[in-house]
Amino acid sequence: MEPTIYRFILRYSKREQILLLIMTGLSFPFLYLSLDLPKQIINDALGAKSGKAFPTTWLGFEFEQLEFLWTLSFLFLVLVCINGAFKYYVNVFRGQLGERMLRRLRYILFARILRFPLSHFRKVSQGEIIPMITAEVEPLGGFIGDSLALPAFQGGTLLTILTFMFVQDPILGLAAIALYPIQMYIIPKLQAQVNALGKQRVRAVRALSDRIGENISGIGEIHANDGARLSLARFTTRLDRIYDIRFEIYRRKFFIKFLNNFLAQLTPFFFYSIGGYLAITGDLSLGALVAVLAAYKDLSAPWKELLNFYQRLQDAFIKYEQVIEQFDPPGTMDAEMQTTEPESVPRLDTPIKTSNLGLVDDDGVVLLESVGLTIPSGQKVALLGPSSGGKEALTLVLSRLQPPTSGQIAIGEHDLASLPEAVTGRRVGYVGSSAYVFTTTIRENLLIGAMHRPLSEPERDDNAMSVWRKNLADARITGNSTDDPDADWVDYQAIGVAGPDALPERLMELLDIVDLRDDCYVLGLRGTIDPVARPDVAERVLSARRAFAEKLKGDPALGDLVEPFAADRYNTNATVAENLLFGTPVGAAFTADTIAAHPYVRQTLDSVGLTDDFIKMGREMAATMVELFADLPSDHEFFSQFSFISPDDLPEFQTLIQRIDRGGLDPLGEEDRARLLSLPFKLIPARHRLGMLDDAMQVRILNARRSFAENLPEELRVSVAFFSTAAYNAAASLQDNILFGKVAYGQADANARIGVLIAEVLDGLGLRDTVIEVGLDFNVGIAGSRLSASQRQRIGIARVLLRRPDVLVFNDAVAMLDAASQSRVVAAVLRQAKDTTVIWTTQRPEIAAAFDRVIMMQGGQLTADGTPEDLKREGNSFHAFAAGA
Amino acid sequence: MSLNEEVELLRNIPLFAKIEPSKLKLLAFTSERLIYQDDQVLVHQGDMGDAAFIIIDGTASVTIDTDAGEIEVAIMGKGDVVGEIAILCDVPRTATVKASSKLTVLKITKELFFRLVNEFPQISIEIMRELAARLERTNAQLRGALSRGSGS
Repeated sequence: MEPTIYRFILRYSKREQILLLIMTGLSFPFLYLSLDLPKQIINDALGAKSGKAFPTTWLGFEFEQLEFLWTLSFLFLVLVCINGAFKYYVNVFRGQLGERMLRRLRYILFARILRFPLSHFRKVSQGEIIPMITAEVEPLGGFIGDSLALPAFQGGTLLTILTFMFVQDPILGLAAIALYPIQMYIIPKLQAQVNALGKQRVRAVRALSDRIGENISGIGEIHANDGARLSLARFTTRLDRIYDIRFEIYRRKFFIKFLNNFLAQLTPFFFYSIGGYLAITGDLSLGALVAVLAAYKDLSAPWKELLNFYQRLQDAFIKYEQVIEQFDPPGTMDAEMQTTEPESVPRLDTPIKTSNLGLVDDDGVVLLESVGLTIPSGQKVALLGPSSGGKEALTLVLSRLQPPTSGQIAIGEHDLASLPEAVTGRRVGYVGSSAYVFTTTIRENLLIGAMHRPLSEPERDDNAMSVWRKNLADARITGNSTDDPDADWVDYQAIGVAGPDALPERLMELLDIVDLRDDCYVLGLRGTIDPVARPDVAERVLSARRAFAEKLKGDPALGDLVEPFAADRYNTNATVAENLLFGTPVGAAFTADTIAAHPYVRQTLDSVGLTDDFIKMGREMAATMVELFADLPSDHEFFSQFSFISPDDLPEFQTLIQRIDRGGLDPLGEEDRARLLSLPFKLIPARHRLGMLDDAMQVRILNARRSFAENLPEELRVSVAFFSTAAYNAAASLQDNILFGKVAYGQADANARIGVLIAEVLDGLGLRDTVIEVGLDFNVGIAGSRLSASQRQRIGIARVLLRRPDVLVFNDAVAMLDAASQSRVVAAVLRQAKDTTVIWTTQRPEIAAAFDRVIMMQGGQLTADGTPEDLKREGNSFHAFAAGA
Repeated sequence: MSLNEEVELLRNIPLFAKIEPSKLKLLAFTSERLIYQDDQVLVHQGDMGDAAFIIIDGTASVTIDTDAGEIEVAIMGKGDVVGEIAILCDVPRTATVKASSKLTVLKITKELFFRLVNEFPQISIEIMRELAARLERTNAQLRGALSRGSGS
């Protein structure tokens, strides 16, 4: 990378900077004219200089006085416009240039992160790197736009004015700049101290974000070990440090400012004293002194700007330097190795031969020592040994994730070190002990293993196309990636399928290998689909709904399990809110917490005359809650499980009820009414058994349901997806769409029995795979947080198997799984990878038994090499290890 | 059946006869009412127990797995309490309880059960009485079995 910011600027924006300079230069004459023209208007047109005769000749034309005035005034207006336009254009151009350079810089930095040696990430944390690319370089963009044009413009202005002053009187001119040398000497010295502090500040802030990041990562430990006070104390120390530095910077910065101001004010002292003396002695006209004083006033503005620029310049220098020194660790990969598409990607189904392989980490610890190993193509090798015995290091080196410190790895005729990532990342597969899952769907997490380059253009309409063209042009100008992220990146050939249509089948196979099929089925039942995009699936789910209803009808023992939704029947297993809405809420308007307060809901209750009844019901419920729960301690679990009223609100309801008992419901204020009104919405007759919703009340709520749906204003229609026997409900999950009703309370094991029923229905209709496919579209949450560690690991394994590499390297890849699935997954992977070379590290000898060959790594060296049978034979190091483990 | 009816039913059970109605209401409100179909299993011998059951309607059979096979030791009906031993002594379920008709029960969690016992010593006395009665019954069965065994 360019060592200083000016090298960076010149390398990537020389042309633009020159253009900017030319534009700045061009603006000078107009600026000068616009300053000069007022003098002409006053002197010539208005005739301040007496004896001017009209008509007068100007630029070869003859003018009367008024005409002349109009013309000059109009010209002045034109100049103002031209100057404004110049300024606007130069500013926009400067802004664009700055933004382009910023985006280029960020791209370069990010691209470098992708090429850092993996070992570097043990030394720098996310918390340090992220603010460098996001916050620290941000001000550089603005500076780059100004980097040449601003000093040129302000310097030019300064020179012009100085020239004018020297022309007026050389001595006064000298006086005006007499203190400049002092400023130019002292200020850089002071500034250097500020710069040093600035560097410290950058480091301290990085340490702060590192600290924050660490606390977020370890938040569970902090809670579990009562560590908050220590965290807070340590954080305070960091803040202390930053505060001290920043305060010191402020002190010094303001001292520099004070000094500048003082020196600027000192100069007029010379004018008054020396200039005054000269004027009295008659060596200088009074007019000239006044002119010089006025000019001096103009002088201070550009001088201030220049000094200010100098401070920004220093700041930018530090920022740039401090960022890029972090982005140039030794061992950074060449960009060519990572992003250049080779002419052909050779197969690596040839023997692997390592010679004299050694790896020493940064602390000088020997991880691998002269490992010489030949693995024939297609062999299945288990690497056994104690942890940190070298087997992990060997897998990292073999998959080219870490370059060896000495020795070579040859795969057939290829030297592994010289192969680009386009070969190693496609023909070699590596899965570590905790695979990372990206924040997207399971499907995309699997496919990401075979997404290396854009393969076919996406379809775009004219609008999208023009946006894409513009973005592409910008990307080209700024040296960013020109690959199309919306294209189809999936390498179907590598996966071994003809195209997207054949993909689901292959994904199902993979789910089977890693035992994820049932998990995806469960996720699929919880998932939603877009019935517009997938009308076929919606139609089949509706047929499942019908089949499920038939099943319930056919068996009286099952009939009680689910109370189906029916437009003309009250559902006693649903809340009053659900009965009123008779649909699934979409967005925030009608959720369980908000529905009672919604104006339209209140209006509906009013229109069917239910408001007062609801308030009465609310009073009764509140009275019951007070009676039942008043004696319980406020942290009792019954509150969260059973009470309609939180323990904090209970005392208020207690007094409210006492008030009502004394004075009745009528004198209640709106707030109290709303409070009581909200309670019945949560009532579920079958669950709470409070006996408050008699048949008559249920009929009235059904009336409200009808009124609610009929009068629903247009803009609220998007807030609810109504239940309809014949239509798929896009807002509800697949399972809810199939049930189309509420699971009944009080039926023992209801959920388990319903699960079995749904599975029977889906299998009967051949819908299970469809549900699993919906499960593939389950969003896994941030870094897969909605999945278990073992599910994430299974996805990691399937992701690599998907693209069928020639060499598969597994580093303790199933350790996260339970013992039974470990052997099952290993066996399934080995079956799948019949012709593939497989290298698998494990701690468990019984897993090694499934392999062709077993190698033992201890102390960074290869200590034994044999067959699984040797594990059982006594008197070798295998047996010793197996017995010890 | 509404909450008040359940409270009425609970009051007729000797175990709860002396407890004030508002506490019984809390007991009923916070307890799940469950319906079991004929032959559905409430508790499995050997499982850990977290709840006792009060039978509101229907009957349940209590069986014990022995080396000689399954032996039915009791039939429980309306008002009987089952499953309390496992939560009293923190031992696995000592018997299997199965619905022998359509059965409605009130499921009382361990936590709630202990709360009641703590607050109302009468309950403890009733439970002691019940357990003593069962022990006497078991002794009688044992005597019978022993005399039959020595006789043969």
